[in-house]
Amino acid sequence: MFELLGISPQALFGQLLIGLINGSFYAMLSLGLAVIFGLLNIINFTHGAQYMMGAFCAWFLLEYSGLGYWWALLVAPIVVGLTGVIIERLFLKHLYKLDHLYGLLLTFGIALIVEGLFRNKFGSSGQPYRIPGELLGGQNLGFMFLPNYRAWVVVASVVVCLATWYVIERTKLGSYLRAATENPSLVQAFGINVPRMITITYGFGVALAAFAGVLAAPIYQVSPQMGSNLIIVVFAVVVIGGMGSILGSIVTGFGLGVIEGLTKVFYPEASNTVIFVVMGIVLLIKPAGLFGRAH
Amino acid sequence: MVDVTNGRLVDPATPATRHQQIAFVVMLACLLGAPFVAYPIFLMKALCFALFACAFNLLVGYAGLLSFGHAMFMGSASYICAHAAKVWGLPPELAVLTGTVVAAALGLVTGALAIRRQGIYFAMITLALAQMIYFFCLQAKFTGGEDGIQKVPRGHLFGMIDLGNDLTLYYVVLVVFLFGFLAIYRTIHSPFGQVLKAIRENEPRAISLGYKTEHYKLIAFVLSATLAGLAGATKAIVFQLASLTDVNWPMSGEVVLMTLLGGLGTVFGPVAGAFIVIALESYLAQLGAWVTIVQGLIFAVCVLTFRRGVIGEFGRMLKRTL
Amino acid sequence: MKITRSLMLAAVVALTAGTAQAQLTNGEIKIGVMNDMSGLYADLGGPGSVVAAQLAAEDYAAAGGKTKISIIGGDHQNKPDVGSSLARQWYDADGVDVIVDVPTSSVALAINQVAAEKNKVFLVSGAATSDLTGKACTPNTIHWTYDTWMLANGTGKAIVQSGGDSWFFLTADYAFGHALEADTSAVVKANGGKVLGAVRHPLNTADFSSFLLQAQASKAKIIGLANAGGDTINAIKQSSEFGVVQGGQNLAGLLVFLSDVNSLGLKTAQGLILTETWYWDMNDNNRAFTKRFAAKNGGKYPTMAHAGVYSSLSHYFKAVDALKADGDGKVVVAKMKEMPTDDPLFGKGVVRKDGRKIHPAYLFEVKKPEESKYPYDYYKLKATIPADQAFRPLNEGGCPLVSG
Repeated sequence: MFELLGISPQALFGQLLIGLINGSFYAMLSLGLAVIFGLLNIINFTHGAQYMMGAFCAWFLLEYSGLGYWWALLVAPIVVGLTGVIIERLFLKHLYKLDHLYGLLLTFGIALIVEGLFRNKFGSSGQPYRIPGELLGGQNLGFMFLPNYRAWVVVASVVVCLATWYVIERTKLGSYLRAATENPSLVQAFGINVPRMITITYGFGVALAAFAGVLAAPIYQVSPQMGSNLIIVVFAVVVIGGMGSILGSIVTGFGLGVIEGLTKVFYPEASNTVIFVVMGIVLLIKPAGLFGRAH
Repeated sequence: MVDVTNGRLVDPATPATRHQQIAFVVMLACLLGAPFVAYPIFLMKALCFALFACAFNLLVGYAGLLSFGHAMFMGSASYICAHAAKVWGLPPELAVLTGTVVAAALGLVTGALAIRRQGIYFAMITLALAQMIYFFCLQAKFTGGEDGIQKVPRGHLFGMIDLGNDLTLYYVVLVVFLFGFLAIYRTIHSPFGQVLKAIRENEPRAISLGYKTEHYKLIAFVLSATLAGLAGATKAIVFQLASLTDVNWPMSGEVVLMTLLGGLGTVFGPVAGAFIVIALESYLAQLGAWVTIVQGLIFAVCVLTFRRGVIGEFGRMLKRTL
Repeated sequence: MKITRSLMLAAVVALTAGTAQAQLTNGEIKIGVMNDMSGLYADLGGPGSVVAAQLAAEDYAAAGGKTKISIIGGDHQNKPDVGSSLARQWYDADGVDVIVDVPTSSVALAINQVAAEKNKVFLVSGAATSDLTGKACTPNTIHWTYDTWMLANGTGKAIVQSGGDSWFFLTADYAFGHALEADTSAVVKANGGKVLGAVRHPLNTADFSSFLLQAQASKAKIIGLANAGGDTINAIKQSSEFGVVQGGQNLAGLLVFLSDVNSLGLKTAQGLILTETWYWDMNDNNRAFTKRFAAKNGGKYPTMAHAGVYSSLSHYFKAVDALKADGDGKVVVAKMKEMPTDDPLFGKGVVRKDGRKIHPAYLFEVKKPEESKYPYDYYKLKATIPADQAFRPLNEGGCPLVSG
């Protein structure tokens, strides 16, 4: 059957695996977006720029203080997460009462500012960042040669995604967050500091983006435009998965990575657009997304 | 006037006032004299974008529908017009007409699909559709991909007026812009426009009053798409080029920027916004990335403290809607 | 009366000033350097090209040239609409006489049009498409440095003849990539090789993993990279990640600049075969120029595009001096084609009827890290392609200026 499709099973499995690897980035980024939208009702357009800042932070750490990849995985999300907290405190806070499209416009503006500043300093061509020594090389799987680093990316993102899902859906902290979104005044009346929870949640979503950025640094170019190239696709993933659904964005992220990978085999020119086709179809049939609840 | 800070995107407008008529005369006078003080190509670019922004404003400011895919109308009309003028050899007025008609048809199809949803979902559907149009333009042979359609002839309008002369072309473009602008103006201040505003303010109530809101929204969408297409097709003749920039999502973002800066839901806002943004881009073009930074700052400042936009604030000072 | 006489004198002066043919527009030569100033092609051209233009102006003045020269730079952001409206503004409103450099073939084609319309001069150094001297040729444009035909016949032919006879292409999905793939496929087949397949990737692709997988599955001996700039760099970096070379295949970078090799580093780029028409370390003239250039360009060494800017402008100055006028683009370009070229960087050469500048091409191989003794010591020379064979024959291009 495979021969009819013009491709051998080995090649197909190889592409599926690659698709899964790309899907891990989509999953992590859309997870951060879904957390922020689901719990805060903010459409965080700055997400792509924050992903880029994570990658640059890793590069800075290596260039100027010799701290390597493993340190960056820890430090970059914290640093970028803090900038997220500052943005939320200074700017986003004022927009909660308004139509949530204003939040989108503001975060879009901030994304432009951040990208412009980095582009001004570094130009658009990328900075190099080495794959850490421990993860060099790869395994010959028979149907393809799998670089160790890429396997690590899948593992890391699955772990992070599942951990986030667990915290939000299964722990007390998570239940406070979810309650605070549904009925902030009531939860505040119970003595929980709702504004602080909101700030922390935004910071956490941003930190997820930065973590994805550090993971991306060794394999994609660390360039100011890396975020804006990706953000539109990630939005599509979130919308398809269901804008508030954590599980939805994880599953959809990996799933769409695989679909994109398959498209690259059969019709590579369309690989950038297949996600939008899927989004259009899903929106027309099930507007709240595959896993979403109508708001 | 409803205060913008209570969460609504825009203010409702009152019927045509004397102040608006004065503003129109002022604008007309400035535009008539402009080519003698500024570079005509720059002015024509600003006029095309002003028309694009006005068309966009009709949808977002008066019907309350924020579309993220408006570039697809401008871009597709631009390509069709360029192709019609260059390959089919149509005279400029027919080429522009062809482009506009195609944009209208596209507006009908995409509008029918998108209108079914509201708010952010509507915006996302328009974005998805726009990206698909972008992909089509990227792949289709006739668009020339990254090269675009180049060497589009300016031609002779009605077989008589040579559009090769920049000054002549400027006045032709001005006429086109005024036509579009007045069309929007009439629409806003007509019973149809009033129904649109009612739908924007409170759709369930409008439905309960017996209005088929879906039809009204679709008509507004198609009108907006048509005029955006007119802007795009005219631009293709002016620059003698149709390229992917016109159909890509940052272009949709630009028109949001212009309308926001000028003032959502004001009549003259998009015109002012378009001129300011185009002027800024020309002025800052030397400085590369600073254009992006300034655009971002404008977005941020407008959303945080300047929500009525330039014309909106000006109008508020005069206590009139402009 | 005195007033009428001075009025008449003023009128006469005004009339003669109006005939731009006979003198320099605005009394000077104004050069517009347009390229990608901050994007993926900023290193091969970018601000460095402005430096190259300045050095050309300095050397002209040092050699006794009297005309005033002013230079401005502009960013086309790799977009034809931005480039063409900037070109219009420069030519119409800012008094620019000649535009130079312009990498990105789609932009170059657009400006090619504008220059012909406004009857100004366009000296292309950075762009690749051989259409500029083919079906899109005009009497106002000269294509310097290199083009896609030369690349295909340089790198492609050499690799096939040295045993790389089965190819798989990774092609940037736009006109430049298609042209490069088509030209190189033709050369491969003409020399007894086979093309096993090709895959087209969108411009500005960050992740080549699935395309590389397909290339590996094809088992072609050579993976031809019909792309440039950031795409080429990404493809090369990721192919080392996926063990392409260990698996027994080799990469052919069809368009690679010194700046790309610098970005990649020798560890990753070693063994790459490429064709360029100018390398900084080939002779003393080049080395001297490089020293001056690097001092003004933050230590970065010049690429062949930079050298092309210098060389094309030096020849332009000579032509304008001979004519004592720069207003009529066609006339200046005709003069540049009439005079043989001679400058410190490209040596002696000629500009053909179709606007193609002719000079030899060089096949280089990137050195291994241990072979490199000093900064930017990246290339070893494998072969020299003589000038009369390096570029497409005059009658094969389809240029209207040639066939009449």
